[in-house]
Amino acid sequence: MAGNAWRSTVSRVVGAMKSQASHPRTFSRGLQTVTLIPGDGIGPEISTAVMKIFEAAKAPIQWEERNVTAIKGPGGKWMIPTEAKDSMDKSKIGLKGPLKTPIAAGHPSMNLLLRKTFDLYANVRPCVSIEGYKTPYTDVDLVTIRENTEGEYSGIEHVIVDGVVQSIKLITEEASQRIAEYAFEYARNNQRASVTAVHKANIMRMSDGLFLRKCREVAENFKDIKFTEMYLDTVCLNMVQDPTQFDVLVMPNLYGDILSDLCAGLIGGLGVTPSGNIGANGVAIFESVHGTAPDIAGKDLANPTALLLSAVMMLRHMGLHGQAKKIETACFDTIRDKKVLTKDLGGNSKCSEFTGEICRRVQDME
Amino acid sequence: MAASSAALSLPKVFRPVLGLGRSGNPAKVTGGSMLHATVILVTPPPAKYGGRHTVTLIPGDGIGPELLNHVRELFRFSCVPVDFEVVNVNSSVATEDDIHNAITAIRRNGVALKGNIETNHNMPPSHKSRNNLLRTSLDLFANMMHCQSLPGVQTRHKNIDIIIIRENTEGEYSSLEHESVSGVVESLKIITRYNSLRIADYAFRLAREKGRRRVTAVHKANIMKLADGLFLQCCKEVASGYPDIQFDSMIVDNTTMQLVSKPHQFDVMVMPNLYGNVVSNVCAGLVGGPGLVPGANYGTNYAVFETATRNTGKSIADKNIANPTAMLLASCLMLDHLRLHDYANMIRGAVLTTMNETRLHTADIGGQGTTSEVVQSVMKNIQSGGPLTTEQI
Repeated sequence: MAGNAWRSTVSRVVGAMKSQASHPRTFSRGLQTVTLIPGDGIGPEISTAVMKIFEAAKAPIQWEERNVTAIKGPGGKWMIPTEAKDSMDKSKIGLKGPLKTPIAAGHPSMNLLLRKTFDLYANVRPCVSIEGYKTPYTDVDLVTIRENTEGEYSGIEHVIVDGVVQSIKLITEEASQRIAEYAFEYARNNQRASVTAVHKANIMRMSDGLFLRKCREVAENFKDIKFTEMYLDTVCLNMVQDPTQFDVLVMPNLYGDILSDLCAGLIGGLGVTPSGNIGANGVAIFESVHGTAPDIAGKDLANPTALLLSAVMMLRHMGLHGQAKKIETACFDTIRDKKVLTKDLGGNSKCSEFTGEICRRVQDME
Repeated sequence: MAASSAALSLPKVFRPVLGLGRSGNPAKVTGGSMLHATVILVTPPPAKYGGRHTVTLIPGDGIGPELLNHVRELFRFSCVPVDFEVVNVNSSVATEDDIHNAITAIRRNGVALKGNIETNHNMPPSHKSRNNLLRTSLDLFANMMHCQSLPGVQTRHKNIDIIIIRENTEGEYSSLEHESVSGVVESLKIITRYNSLRIADYAFRLAREKGRRRVTAVHKANIMKLADGLFLQCCKEVASGYPDIQFDSMIVDNTTMQLVSKPHQFDVMVMPNLYGNVVSNVCAGLVGGPGLVPGANYGTNYAVFETATRNTGKSIADKNIANPTAMLLASCLMLDHLRLHDYANMIRGAVLTTMNETRLHTADIGGQGTTSEVVQSVMKNIQSGGPLTTEQI
């Protein structure tokens, strides 16, 4: 018994030390460089909005703007421009606006390219109900952590015979281990009480079975966090009836895609949902997941909330919790007040007015 | 007469299904250019032994046995001309004899009512899901679920009315997995043209029959370009043959987002197996939970009825707190399938009247009633409104 307690203490200390090491260099003095990718459509205006708010909050961030339109590198492979890659490798933190997916440009989607370049294996989406933006669901407070590299989205498909297609879902031990470890570390670093693995191992016995086994193994090293497993259909059923019972959810790619969008729908849609992608080598790119909205681009009508909340998530990742709380509170207070809201939130103010209001609140908090 | 001669000219394989001359209603035949996907509406097996149907009953695990006992009790009380042949399937043994016996029984009777059979996912992969085995062996290609908000039940969204049609045999549930290299597992998702055309045709025909305006195909063809691309293409082909019904498509993650914010935009939805699982559970949650929605699995020759979300309900088994509504409504669907419409409407009406009384709501919909109270109330409603029952005789 004593041996067990000692072992769990050691594992906890080691875990804490490891999590500190995985944090990028947090700067108490000096500026932290962040690679900013404005994106297309409404991307540039919401990026400007975020930069303005950060300036008002006096956050120690130095922005480096880069473009990531795909170029054909040596050998004919599509890749992101070298300046962008170098900037990201140096700063390790990125903030990205919405990117246009080209239909006939010949190269794969930019998001996919970024994911492959930086091995962004975890997609984290915290879904918290926004007071002031009313949806039928209140008190939602959960985080979906989705494996982002393999699973059903491996892209391996064949036509066996005419009329029969097979698509391969790939689950590997390392990727499952990696995502499970990230999920538990995230839970520990953010004071979350439980982690739930979402799977369909009753049907996909070997693949989801492997994923589940890895999650169970990792859970052994994190005894302070409660681990449960639940079928995907049960999660969906319970999520729409009572989302408050969920805390951190970890799952393979496809289930993650569906569930993270389901949870975004619970709190009000993609326009108010932050998202972060964690990669190997300490790289982290935070992004807004909505589209480029070309119909309102350039008209000062866009809602910067999603990108702003992703930026707040970025501050927390860097350890700047005070600044993060300040900006987040200002944003939520503005939405709760309902006086200055953009069109999608139910008001009729401009993006600049909304931004200005948040800046004012942030400055008032000094 | 013209219909029967047209039916006789069909290939031999379809003839046994038609049951001509007995029920007086030969099945409709779809013509058109899709010779390979011609689907005949299932004709129920002819009643045997003096007008009484025999239906296979598979109790399953968890709350299945107690709920099906209530169904039997109710049928006996209401003098429904259905006899149940009970086939028990033990989910803990490794041999598949039990489930094969059940499948043979269903082949014999043509119709079944079942509870969910538990799948212990900690057993080795060779121990396949019994429910899945049943569905694929009997080729029950269409799972139909009608989600309707019940007036007496409190939910966040009101007046939902969505029909979900889910491909039931292939897709991600093909159970074809292998470990090519140690630590790397591949699971195959199979989509075939034949099955996609079949399910799309079923969906459109059902929409037309029920007077629905729109069919939405749910897919992820932007990522799984070949597999879901094929499914979508088949749906589009079938849609062109039904110009009176509007067809559109939606990506599955957007669908779930729209379902929780604006569910009233959906009418009939058709989709492959896994997305069907997700969407049907989301919709069941929207209308009040797993205890309220019945589901039906149709094949060309067989039909199996169960609750829509297929839960075993292990944690509430044998406590008299399970909600019998889903199972009772599933038995009504079965009676409709057997063309015993009067009995079906009588029981359905009684169940819905009972649901209006909040005092009788079971725990899953926020009340404190027990299962037996609900069933007693249904029987009382039948007695006061319907034809003679055993007690009055």
